[in-house]
Amino acid sequence: MIMIFGIPGPLLFGQLLLGLINGAFYAMLSMGLAIIFGMLNIINFAHGALFMMGAFASWMLLQYAGIGYFPSLILAPLIIGVFGVILERTIISRLYHLDHLYGLLLTFGLALVIQGLFRNYYGSSGLPYRIPDVLQGATDVGFMFLPNYRAWVVVAAVVVCVATWAIIEKTPLGATLRAATENAPLVQAFGVNVPRVITLTYGGGVALAAFAGVLAAPIYSVNPNMGDNFINTVFAVVVIGGMGSIMGSIVTGFALGVIEGLTKVFYPQASATVVFLVMVIVLLTLPHGLFGRRA
Amino acid sequence: MSISRRTLLGTASAAAALPLVRARAQGTPTIKIGVLNDMSGPYMNTGGPTSIVCCKQALEDFGVSGKGLNIEVINADHQNKPDLAVSIARQWFDRDGVDMLLDVPTSSVALAVQSVVREKNKVYLNSGAASSDLTGKACSPNFIHWTYDTYMLAKSTGGAMVKAGGDSWYFLTADYAFGKQLQADTTSFVQAAGGKVAGSSAYPFPGTTDFSSFLVQAQASRAKVLGLCNAGADTVNSIKQAREFGINQTMKVAALLMFVTDVHALGLDVSQGLNLTESFYWDLNDRTRAFTNRVKPKTANNWPNMVHAGCYSATLHYLKTVADMGPAEAKKSGVDTVARMKRIPVEDDCFGKTTIREDGRNLTPAFLFEVKKPSESKGPWDYFKQVAMTPGDQAYRPLSEGHCEFIGKA
Repeated sequence: MIMIFGIPGPLLFGQLLLGLINGAFYAMLSMGLAIIFGMLNIINFAHGALFMMGAFASWMLLQYAGIGYFPSLILAPLIIGVFGVILERTIISRLYHLDHLYGLLLTFGLALVIQGLFRNYYGSSGLPYRIPDVLQGATDVGFMFLPNYRAWVVVAAVVVCVATWAIIEKTPLGATLRAATENAPLVQAFGVNVPRVITLTYGGGVALAAFAGVLAAPIYSVNPNMGDNFINTVFAVVVIGGMGSIMGSIVTGFALGVIEGLTKVFYPQASATVVFLVMVIVLLTLPHGLFGRRA
Repeated sequence: MSISRRTLLGTASAAAALPLVRARAQGTPTIKIGVLNDMSGPYMNTGGPTSIVCCKQALEDFGVSGKGLNIEVINADHQNKPDLAVSIARQWFDRDGVDMLLDVPTSSVALAVQSVVREKNKVYLNSGAASSDLTGKACSPNFIHWTYDTYMLAKSTGGAMVKAGGDSWYFLTADYAFGKQLQADTTSFVQAAGGKVAGSSAYPFPGTTDFSSFLVQAQASRAKVLGLCNAGADTVNSIKQAREFGINQTMKVAALLMFVTDVHALGLDVSQGLNLTESFYWDLNDRTRAFTNRVKPKTANNWPNMVHAGCYSATLHYLKTVADMGPAEAKKSGVDTVARMKRIPVEDDCFGKTTIREDGRNLTPAFLFEVKKPSESKGPWDYFKQVAMTPGDQAYRPLSEGHCEFIGKA
């Protein structure tokens, strides 16, 4: 057997793959955050709560309406996206003219309220959600036993990440979006309804979080605190990748998943801290993050 | 400020009335119970609001008002943070006059609070925390460990697994007081039975949701048993993911601390066939069913587990002792009240008859359960079938092995 750093090769490859899978969640969540920050200048602390709502939405669709996993992959993000739009229109939009800090405090408060409400009704130990039948089971990929569902998560995440990046960077719609962030009055002068563009962007970012939530529902316990565990790491990912950089957050998300996975082999106790260690190092050497634009 | 005749009169009459008020308070002092637990985090359903419901049920069943007792129950959320719990406890004792501290899950928190209770000479009845150190190295004459502990879990679940041929173990451990203690206690049983420990992973608590890395390492160790030294949402997540990675095909999963509430969260589909230990189950006998029927209307979505039952039983026994001593006497010294509690026989609907040992260990029986298949479950929360029962006097660590410092000195 090949040994790498005293660890059997197959085990190491397995850990790398698992790291990529976790990275898929980080990438999807941090991308939503990066889009919202890039376009709206809002540090969306409610992202974790919206991710949780996505998971709950798919649970509720199944429980109360009998709607299964695949339809809810589309429906849940739509529902939560609409919720995001309402949130943006009624509450968040009032803060655009103020400092970042206000948006951060507001969304943090919103997250606490949302989590509190869910906790009140559903408790904290979680709700069961089955892996859909077609994705049950696992495949032996030589060096490890890869659950089919995890493989699906990576594929789905990569597709969604690339599609989102392409929409924003390569389409006329994306160009309008980016232009609206750069110079809103000018874009408005061209007849574009900028406030609506911003609202839809927020809704889109929220839908991404909800999509990740639906993907997470069968593997993690569906509980009101599930977003909490991700949100700190995801913020670190956004900061490391460079605030507002979409490509940065995707690449960093996957990379940090891998780094975290490797830490779990060599020194598991540090696996929750290693991300922040990387953040400190990156910020000391590249204050704008790996992919951030220099001011 | 000018002093009018009216304020002067008012102040004078208030001053005159003060001694009267004090005199009345001295007549029937209020006994305050403080329920300190996790009201919002991973251990909210295993303790949380249902613990409070069960504590209040004890007040109702004892008939406090009919017996002329004045009991007040307050509660707070310790968020599983030892420093926060210590400051709440201090505030309760110093400012709010709390006499008895109840529940306190999360071993790190339970251990931190221990010294505060001792310093203030109050009563501390712990139902939620697991560490066997609470009646061992960290024991206190102000303390009773009511419901279960890591030693009892290790002996019951761990012992049964070893007997069934599980002689090599890999541990997945929450990296704090409770997880480490549970691993240590289980390891000693595994080794005593001639088994070996193939490896372990200690993961950061709280905040870990993905256990796949550790599960793959466990699988690579070729151990026969995966020992889960964690609790609550972590256990739920690790069992869910163990199944996903097909661990249940090559290894046996031992959930060393699992409650009926966790089985409810997982669903029978995923949890069927697991062995676990609790000292209480709602469907054990007529008395446990009667108890559950009394509390159920107040906590419909979260039926009582052993921690909740422990809160009921502990409160009821405390009230008996207070009525016996008289509230004024009971308020004076926590050590004396706890000593009296140890002498009075314990009996209630949840655990039947139990005794409290000198070191503060309440000797509840340990039931080994197997989780039913979905087809075997007849109704809501019908989850367990009983496999074995260890009587209370054999379930726990012998007094001599605990090294509790005050034993034999009193």
